[in-house]
Amino acid sequence: MRKSFDKHWYAWAMVLPTVAVLGVLVLAPLVQGVYQSFTDLNESNQRSEICKKTLGGGETCSPNPKASQFVGLDNYVDVLTGAQGHFWLQFTNTIVWTVACVVFHYGIGLGLAVMLNRSFRGRGFYRVALIVPWAVPAFVAAFAWRFLFDENFGLINATLRALGGSGVSWFDDRWTSLSTAIVANIWLGVPFMMVAILGGLQSIPGDLYEAAEMDGATPWQRFRNVTLPGLRPVSSTVILLGTIWTFNMFPIIYFVTRGQPAGETEILVTGAFRAAFEGIRDYSLAATYGVLILSILIVYASIYRRVLKTQGEVF
Amino acid sequence: MSSITPPVIVETDEMIAGATAKDRRAPRVRRRSDRSVGASVALHATLLLATFIALFPMAWVVLSSFKPASEIRRSDIQFVVDPTLENYRKVLFDTNFPTWFLNSLVVAAFTMVIGIAMAATAGYALSRFNFPGKRGLMWVFLITQMFPVAILIVPIYTIMAKAGLIDTKASLVIAYCTVAVPFCAWMLRGYFDTIPKELDEAAALDGLGPFGTFWRVILPLARPGLAVTAFYTFLTAWGEVAYAIAFMQSDDHYTLGAGLQQFVPQFSPRWELLTAGAVLITIPAAIVFFFAQKHLVAGLTAGGTKG
Repeated sequence: MRKSFDKHWYAWAMVLPTVAVLGVLVLAPLVQGVYQSFTDLNESNQRSEICKKTLGGGETCSPNPKASQFVGLDNYVDVLTGAQGHFWLQFTNTIVWTVACVVFHYGIGLGLAVMLNRSFRGRGFYRVALIVPWAVPAFVAAFAWRFLFDENFGLINATLRALGGSGVSWFDDRWTSLSTAIVANIWLGVPFMMVAILGGLQSIPGDLYEAAEMDGATPWQRFRNVTLPGLRPVSSTVILLGTIWTFNMFPIIYFVTRGQPAGETEILVTGAFRAAFEGIRDYSLAATYGVLILSILIVYASIYRRVLKTQGEVF
Repeated sequence: MSSITPPVIVETDEMIAGATAKDRRAPRVRRRSDRSVGASVALHATLLLATFIALFPMAWVVLSSFKPASEIRRSDIQFVVDPTLENYRKVLFDTNFPTWFLNSLVVAAFTMVIGIAMAATAGYALSRFNFPGKRGLMWVFLITQMFPVAILIVPIYTIMAKAGLIDTKASLVIAYCTVAVPFCAWMLRGYFDTIPKELDEAAALDGLGPFGTFWRVILPLARPGLAVTAFYTFLTAWGEVAYAIAFMQSDDHYTLGAGLQQFVPQFSPRWELLTAGAVLITIPAAIVFFFAQKHLVAGLTAGGTKG
């Protein structure tokens, strides 16, 4: 023990600031959040004592008779049975939203990266132009798309009308509304995938392609048997990151659909936010959502990791 | 730009390899460097379409920001009508936008400095030393990246409320550090990994201790990595909205994320102010972004593939 300290004290000293920050700012709130999910904490019962001004100018405080209290698993039962909130609706939305976004992000990103990985004139221009969406802050992009999809004077409906159709009330139907947000998020997220995959493509040794060519492999066979396996390490990382980021993507849903119509397009993260900070603030409900979301993500990440492991790849 | 590119302009070694391979290969197989005229046209057409889709939403916002308010509310498509700077004048002088801008700047700058300062040594230790707890710490970093806003926002809010910090910039900086510190440590570790270990060994031979090596040898070399990490942390704070909306309650304490939505309430949204504001927010972000983007992806994915 003593020897271990002598050997490692400087490494520990170096990680100390980070560990301290994580302990105070992440671990402590996390523990408190988990605890809050077992209470009935909300806006009206958050004080633990009630203080009254006395005539002398002092204050007397007494315990709040209606203070929040421990309620065990009630929140989880209420949320999962649908007695409180709309967990399953939002869960379905979240799954549709995440799967659609990640599939398109990866598919489009891969397509563009393969194209940009060839050499041709104008490649530098395309590369810079195509990553522009990444430079736009997410909430600005969300407003830009909300503006484009605006029912009365948005560009998209104007184009539809100019082509002889009629405008669509995008935000009056659950699925058209959710698809506006998905389109906006695909637009925002493709550049990251594209650049990441392009980096992966450039790390695949050229001799592999030459060998494949000598063996008479067609372009499709080269793509299937050289490109895709060569991309495995990058793909497995960016798909995991992309899924987690999309799952937790707050501003797009919050500003593009705003949950319209009537909360039918909320995902879990925005649903939790609205529970906590809009209307009567139900902190315990939001904390329950938070714990459930984190659990879903941890389960997903460990399954993902296990599947990769069985295929001989560990990140 | 011509869409017909001569297919032979490629890296020379590939050309040589291609030429030698040519004689032995079955004649029907297409090589990587070959491209028919049709394929070139298709390639450029696809990329042009993609570029158009990538650029037009923001281009439309920029064009709209120069239109008078009455023109934005018309339903036919016009690209330029009576160009005017009136929207920008209104945003800059008749609204609280400059205050929000300044608030965002302060919050993002503090987050960036604290994030880097707290995480730099940890990134170095994770890159160079094997010590008990290293793997656990790496896992913690990975898992914090996974944390939804939803799980920390309520407890941090109640803690801030108890401390009387709600509606202050400090509360936002603290909240952003929960993401920024692990993120910076992760990114910097990836960058330190690219600096040869021989330098550390040479410094040790010259009598520098681990801290001296870090401070005098590694940190100066890592400046580009520090800059990229700092820029990205800055951008994350610049574009954050959930905490900003939840914590900031008075109009002159808003940051841009919380303030901008004031322009477009559910009824009678003022798109002319929003578009001008959006342009003003995006310009500095885009400048910072294009400085940082080159090394960004390598940093983001390196930790994951090597860890």
